[in-house]
Amino acid sequence: MLLRGLRKAFADVQAVDGLDLEVTQGECFGLLGPNGAGKTTTIEICEGLTTPDEGTVELLGLNWSTGAGELRQRIGIQLQETQFPEKLTVEETLRLFRSFYRHGIPVEESIRTAQLEEKRKSRVGGLSGGQKQRLAMATALVGDPELLFLDEPTTGLDPQARRHLWDLVDELKQAGRTIILTTHYMEEAERLCDRVAIMDHGRMIALGTPQQLIATVGGEDIVEFAVGSTQVPKAGPGAPDSDPVRCVVDAAQFTAIPGVQSHRVDAGLHQLSVSELHTTVPRIFAALKAEGLHMSEFRTHSATLEDVFVRLTGRNLRDE
Amino acid sequence: MNKLEQSSLYQLTMARFRLLAREPEAIFWIFIFPILLAAGLGIAFRNRPPDVLPVGATTTQLTQALAADKGLKAAEMDEAAGSHALATGAILLLAVEQPQGVSYRYDDTNPDARTARMIADRAIQAAAGQRDAVRVENQLIHETGSRYIDFVVPGLLGMNLMGSAIWGLGFAIVEARQKKLLKRMVASPMPRWQYLASFLLSRLVMLVIEVVAFLGFAGLVFGVPFRGSLWQLGFLCVLTSMAFSALGLLISSRAKTMEAASGLMNLVMLPMWILSGVFFSASRFPAVIQPFVRALPLTAANEALRANMLQGVGLNHLVAPVAILLAWLVAPFAVALGIFRWR
Repeated sequence: MLLRGLRKAFADVQAVDGLDLEVTQGECFGLLGPNGAGKTTTIEICEGLTTPDEGTVELLGLNWSTGAGELRQRIGIQLQETQFPEKLTVEETLRLFRSFYRHGIPVEESIRTAQLEEKRKSRVGGLSGGQKQRLAMATALVGDPELLFLDEPTTGLDPQARRHLWDLVDELKQAGRTIILTTHYMEEAERLCDRVAIMDHGRMIALGTPQQLIATVGGEDIVEFAVGSTQVPKAGPGAPDSDPVRCVVDAAQFTAIPGVQSHRVDAGLHQLSVSELHTTVPRIFAALKAEGLHMSEFRTHSATLEDVFVRLTGRNLRDE
Repeated sequence: MNKLEQSSLYQLTMARFRLLAREPEAIFWIFIFPILLAAGLGIAFRNRPPDVLPVGATTTQLTQALAADKGLKAAEMDEAAGSHALATGAILLLAVEQPQGVSYRYDDTNPDARTARMIADRAIQAAAGQRDAVRVENQLIHETGSRYIDFVVPGLLGMNLMGSAIWGLGFAIVEARQKKLLKRMVASPMPRWQYLASFLLSRLVMLVIEVVAFLGFAGLVFGVPFRGSLWQLGFLCVLTSMAFSALGLLISSRAKTMEAASGLMNLVMLPMWILSGVFFSASRFPAVIQPFVRALPLTAANEALRANMLQGVGLNHLVAPVAILLAWLVAPFAVALGIFRWR
């Protein structure tokens, strides 16, 4: 899949603002970003459902203007919020979708892949959220697609249903299909994707394997803590609004500590990206003690794509 | 799986059937409701013996003269009581004794009162000794085909064909669009024309059941006549249903919500319920709006259905209504295909 200089505007919003992308065969590629970043617009342009204002799309060596019929046969699509007719059964729905494709897998196989055997005679209206999502996945699979588009496949699912769906995507990956998925869950992208593009405001702001992107944060680990002062802060009439306790700490104090790569404060919580956790943490403790500060909270975790996004945009993914 | 089951047109049409059959309300409105309506109207307008008209008179002599006619029921009352009875509709006519003869008080815009005037006058003149100049004889005929139920059944058929086509198509398409199912369908390699064709095909099959059930009921219970060719009647039903399906498609081609679609459907159907001669003849409307009334598809459908069923008129004499229905089939269909919103 090849995208070149893609642009699309809706009314006064520039949904996609100049996007170039290449996805190779057999790859699981993730488009990551907050709501409104342009992920869905991008994927719908790729699916031939939206025409871009500018730019070209090439899929499997074909494009939408000349090879649409052929492309529809060879790709599988799962849209964000399709509600299948509630009064058809799982099997009837899949039989219907199977009939649209010249080649494909037997309906029984798609039911098995989506683990809906017990529900094959149940009406769609009676399925749980996770089962509906797996049905949507199955309708995308009945045509035995070479290229599979999944738009936020796990949004709104409970953790167990999400894990279930991840296993399903894993299987499809093993089978060698090319998969392009969008998500705003960082852990999902880390778990499933070979490569990830992070989008924000219609632009791609980072591209690489999850490991590469995490490495750009600088450290391998993130240390988070909040501090309080042992000294009573000077309460003067000049600064009644600002929080005197937190003003005491200076960013430079932390970045001076060997092993600390960067520092930022988010909602009163200091976040340091750190390499060599075991030697750096004692130094942080020592530095705070020397200042007469004490910690009210302390935790560490391995750097994630979430930290990459925060570092690139200064915002949390779920701020929106 | 055999070949038929693999065909997407077959699968799409079957899906339409299943969805309709699993919707109890749809079954009621399409099959049961028209039969109930016909039954209700048939009972309300059943043929009764001719009405006896109530009249009043101011003297015993006049009252006796009036009561002598079987068509009248006469009561004696003074003028004041008579005026009150007239005003409240208790009597249709008051005969007042005058020095030089009799005067009749009645409302000449009321057909029953005019009839009462004729019968009363005849009775009073006969009592006074008038004899008929010409000998007359009455032969009474109560023929099927001229009753109200005979008039209203083709009208109800036309109305039902309109309702089931417009509602059936309109709501299903708009619902699929609202639930993003339409978008999902066009994201698959499904040929778009087949999606629309599946609606028409399922409509055709439902039509057979719908028409046979309704007309069978009307024929068996009320003895409504079928004087024209049944094949031509079948053709007219199909043409009517297809024309309204095209209209339903046009209505639902852009609407994004059920509310918008439902408003549009009422806007389209309400004038036809009133103007197109379902319950009373469309020719009662003023001449100024007749061209408009005649051009409505339901007017054309009702006219053709009535001509076939009640008068046995062949298609070769129904060119005008058939042409109007064809125009309503082709034009909305073409426009709808052009502006249809697939997502």
